[in-house]
Amino acid sequence: MPLLTQASGRRLVAGIPLLWLLLLFLIPFLIVFRISFSEVRLAIPPYTPLISWHHGVPALEVHTSAYAFLFTDPLYISSYLYSLKVAAVSTLCCLALGYPMAYAIARSGAATRPLLLMLIVLPFWTSFLLRVYSWIGLLKNNGVINNVLLYLGVIHQPLALLQTDLAVYIGIVYSYLPFMILPLYTNLEKHDATLLEAAADLGARPLRAFLAITLPQSLPGILAGSLLVFIPAVGEYVIPTLLGRTDQIMIGRVLSDEFFENRDWPVASAVAILVLLLLVIPIILFQRLERRELETQR
Amino acid sequence: MRPRGYFARTALVLGLVFLYVPILSMIVFSFNNSRLVTVWDAAHSPTMKWYRALLSNEQILNAAFLSIRIALVAASVAVVLGTLAGMALARFGPFRGRLLLAGMTTAPIVMPEVITGLSLLLLFVALGQLIGWPRGTGAVTITLAHITFCMAYVTVVVQSRLAGFDESLEEAAMDLGARPLTVFRRITLPLILPAIASGWLLAFTLSWDDLVITQFVAGPGSSTLPMVIFSKVRFGVTPDINALATIMVLIVATGIALSTLWMRYREQRRERDLQLAAAANL
Repeated sequence: MPLLTQASGRRLVAGIPLLWLLLLFLIPFLIVFRISFSEVRLAIPPYTPLISWHHGVPALEVHTSAYAFLFTDPLYISSYLYSLKVAAVSTLCCLALGYPMAYAIARSGAATRPLLLMLIVLPFWTSFLLRVYSWIGLLKNNGVINNVLLYLGVIHQPLALLQTDLAVYIGIVYSYLPFMILPLYTNLEKHDATLLEAAADLGARPLRAFLAITLPQSLPGILAGSLLVFIPAVGEYVIPTLLGRTDQIMIGRVLSDEFFENRDWPVASAVAILVLLLLVIPIILFQRLERRELETQR
Repeated sequence: MRPRGYFARTALVLGLVFLYVPILSMIVFSFNNSRLVTVWDAAHSPTMKWYRALLSNEQILNAAFLSIRIALVAASVAVVLGTLAGMALARFGPFRGRLLLAGMTTAPIVMPEVITGLSLLLLFVALGQLIGWPRGTGAVTITLAHITFCMAYVTVVVQSRLAGFDESLEEAAMDLGARPLTVFRRITLPLILPAIASGWLLAFTLSWDDLVITQFVAGPGSSTLPMVIFSKVRFGVTPDINALATIMVLIVATGIALSTLWMRYREQRRERDLQLAAAANL
């Protein structure tokens, strides 16, 4: 008699990670959802319970004040929209830089390709925090970029580069570029070169052949890369905190400040739920792309 | 074909410059004598004083030690869980809970970290009230949180490695009467070993590097290295952090170079073995 029958063995293999993720990934979201419908109070924990007792009678306590607060204070709506703008602009910049880079790698010789890919991935293995930090030294008023431009005589006054939108865009493109390039490369590398040759034989100019053949075929790669950048960028915390403006904060910072500075757990939870509502469609889209990629690989 | 080829290659070169200039500037300024960090003090540089300052900074050393311990445990548990999940998704066909498992292993990869961090802390608080464990937050809750997001990455790596092989070898072994555990040990495991190794390294790096989720689930007295770095650099540039960055880049670059060499060696040996086998069959 085998120690494990096949069926029970399989149940164990799939069941252990499933259980772990249910407990530490799914249930936490339900708790966030539940706390977003409570009110802040001075106690431990600092929010009203779900069920309160009045003279021995249980009553369900559901408050929508956290959400009402978010929709009445313009600070929240403006940081929400600002985060969307920053994420969208950064994703487009990432695509504009990443696409030609992925294309060049996919078209390079078989011997140089692994080296180029390694050069793209290597910064990712070094600390994300330190790479963002390195831009402070480059961008600040007496930083490297301003010093070089002053020395060359291009400018006579240092440019205000740090604590601007531009600095946040640079930071996001810089940190997320490998996430854009890798899915694009995986897609572009599989393209059939004979189609382009056929188009050229039929007299199509390179640009036309690119627009008619390569670009449409690479759409899944474009979409996967863009989602991998856009979704986390919406909630980005470190980059805008270190490089960004002080008069306009992003939604990830709002959530963190509500939680740590104001100790308002219901409002922080409501912010999280509203960001999730916005991201649930992009996340599902990403999962479907990912699944198709993994299942068509053989 | 030509003009666009040039355009793409120019973009590649510029992009690589963009990726490496900030790292190089940190390395250069780690040897700068001036406290002003970005003003090169030619008279007294290069100097090793920031490296000495770093190595005598007990706060940073303690935090680094804590981060290493957490990353070792988190990566090792995440590899086990992620390998199980990757095998189930790649090999079991349809089963109950498959869609849920697939969803929960890809969502953490893109989920904004503030949301994951908040939800995990609220879970730990709720658990503490319900069953009295964990009592407060600290290294244990950080490790549990890290395992959860690291296992998602391991799952994807293992699953895509398994998807690249068909099941015929495993089926053949089963037909010959091998038990499931034997099939796993003798066939599946050797096939996915490279994926497990790179999954472990990825998990270690992610855990070692994480700031946002950690800040939520860390308690007083459990500051990891990224937390210490963040609190230092939030208010400007400090030269000893440049020295720390240089050391980390050096370690990573050496590690990547060694692993690339090792993979190339294995590939060559495999090709030689195949040639020998072919020659023996003639």
